[in-house]
Amino acid sequence: MTATRTRRTRSRETIEDYLLSEQQLEDMYYHMLLARRLNERMLALNRQGRAPFVIAGAGQEAAQVGAAMALKKGEDYVAPYYRDLGVNLVLGMTAREAMLNLLGKRDDPNSHGKQMPSHWGNVSRRIVTQSSVVTTQFLHATGIGLAAKLRKDPIVVLTSCGEGSTSKGDFHEALNFSAIHKLPVIFFVENNGYAITESNEKEMPVPNVADRARGYGIQSAMVDGMDCIAVYQTVRPAVDQARRGGGPFLIEAKCYRLWPHSSDDDDSRYRPKKELEEWIKKDPLTLFRSRVEDDGIFPREDLDEIEKRVEEEVRDAAQWAMMQPDPLPEDALTYVYRELS
Amino acid sequence: MTTMTVIEAVRSTLDEEMARDDRIFIIGEDVEAGGVFRATDGLHAKYNDRVIDSPLAESSIIGISIGAAHYGLRPVAEIQFADFIHSGFDQLCSEASRWCYRTNGDAYLPMVVRTPWGGGVHGGQHHSQSIEAYYAHMPGIKVVAPAFPADFRSLLKASIADPNPVLFLEHKRIYRLIKQEMEGAPAETQLSRARVTRKGTDLTIFAYGFMLHESLNAAETLSGEGVDCMVVDLLTLNPLDKETVLESAKATGKVLIVHEDTLTGGLGGEISAIIAEEAFEYLDAPIKRLAAPDVPPMPYHHAMEDFFMPNREKIAAAARALAAY
Repeated sequence: MTATRTRRTRSRETIEDYLLSEQQLEDMYYHMLLARRLNERMLALNRQGRAPFVIAGAGQEAAQVGAAMALKKGEDYVAPYYRDLGVNLVLGMTAREAMLNLLGKRDDPNSHGKQMPSHWGNVSRRIVTQSSVVTTQFLHATGIGLAAKLRKDPIVVLTSCGEGSTSKGDFHEALNFSAIHKLPVIFFVENNGYAITESNEKEMPVPNVADRARGYGIQSAMVDGMDCIAVYQTVRPAVDQARRGGGPFLIEAKCYRLWPHSSDDDDSRYRPKKELEEWIKKDPLTLFRSRVEDDGIFPREDLDEIEKRVEEEVRDAAQWAMMQPDPLPEDALTYVYRELS
Repeated sequence: MTTMTVIEAVRSTLDEEMARDDRIFIIGEDVEAGGVFRATDGLHAKYNDRVIDSPLAESSIIGISIGAAHYGLRPVAEIQFADFIHSGFDQLCSEASRWCYRTNGDAYLPMVVRTPWGGGVHGGQHHSQSIEAYYAHMPGIKVVAPAFPADFRSLLKASIADPNPVLFLEHKRIYRLIKQEMEGAPAETQLSRARVTRKGTDLTIFAYGFMLHESLNAAETLSGEGVDCMVVDLLTLNPLDKETVLESAKATGKVLIVHEDTLTGGLGGEISAIIAEEAFEYLDAPIKRLAAPDVPPMPYHHAMEDFFMPNREKIAAAARALAAY
């Protein structure tokens, strides 16, 4: 890859209005864009018959990237959910790894072909393995928070889910327990408007997930989940406070699922077209781009260059991953138990 | 000379283990006050924040243990009665059992879930259940159900040392009923082995937990009648010690499997299938299962409870009939 023009070095100094540096803003855009373009390519591979299943996070990139950037990479823990490609990219997952995961390849660091795509997990990056059963990870995060508190380790755990998951018992049990013990856990709810076909009104009788926090004695906040900078600015203080022993925090990022639930879903059956059109206008990528462009943080060419870089990376990742070895059939028998060391 | 009851063996082992390894902590309902069976008596005073009262939420107890074990601690969770574990079924079966599998061994869960199980204590439908078959069905979780204090001690230690989730079943009827001189008592240390507790030549009885003691008693009765019963304590229900099961079945050619769990889908079916598949030629009689009848829970009134549960007389009768076959 050769740069066509010389660009100036990004400053690492915090810009006042943003609470982020130029470098961080570039990373932000890069990761959001990488998540979206990867998802687009994944869906294309699905339609070509090369990938059996895709579950994506289009529309939630700002929430995911903004929240993950508020953490200490490699120190803090994350117990994400299946749409959180953006979270994983910020914490170190490469485009190639994302494609290995999509194709269930042997060397996928998440699960080596044993799980459906987008079921993340990476011990060295402190990303906790997760299943398709929603909200179980809230209790895992709580357990990590408890362990860290017992050991007096200054870490924070961020766990995330969609708003659909907040009706499950584990959501409430986790909030309750972490509040009792003042654990360093951030509960991050990406309210994308839908649990497969069910809109918010069918899932809960209150307008906001964040309203529920009060019942557990937990602090909460709501944020525009389409605005990556606003998400970072909301999550970061909550993370810092939790690290100082301030206890758990519930954050609801209001975003929108721009795509169907999965590659097997037809959202035209239940989603009003007009509603979708309205939300497309608030696409987090467009929103971010116009803000930093209008504010004169980056010239348009710089952003175009990031676009190009991402596109190239995604193309390479897909081609490379398809050539990688598949697991052996007998690998199905491995690692049922861990051997005593 | 130290004689211990089952509950004393459990409590003293927890104490010793916690003193040895500060990563071990206990979480469960009422454990700070010692627990309803007193298994954690005195431990909160000694280990402070490493003995943690949980709210009444079994999914929490297990889910939080998963997180803490993933982090590197060694949780020993207590579910107050096995009957209440099922709200944590999802956490055990959808998560804990496959943590290692789905990460190809990158992540693993050294955690123990202890719980009192079994009937014969007038506990009715929710303080008497046998739950082992649901969990022994699930690869990835080890299920242990000892019968003697010395095995409780050695297998609890082994369970804590094991890097996999272990469901440690403590039959509540024998907590204070069974005493043993610990010194020199046989003590299994592997979570994969059954033991021939009584040698015999005429038939083989397989049992675990309280039923192991009832089977030993029946064997004693029958020896007075000239019938020599072998009794095998299964100890670990998953993974089953197939080798010992097959050897002991072959040795006598007649097999009686006893459990207080209901008949259909109980472990007796699995053991009998193993023997039928791999020791068919050695059998001199059809395999016999003695289990609770297929009704949903154990009934409360003692007349019905006695009717529901296998016991020494029913075992002796079944063994007598089998010997005569």
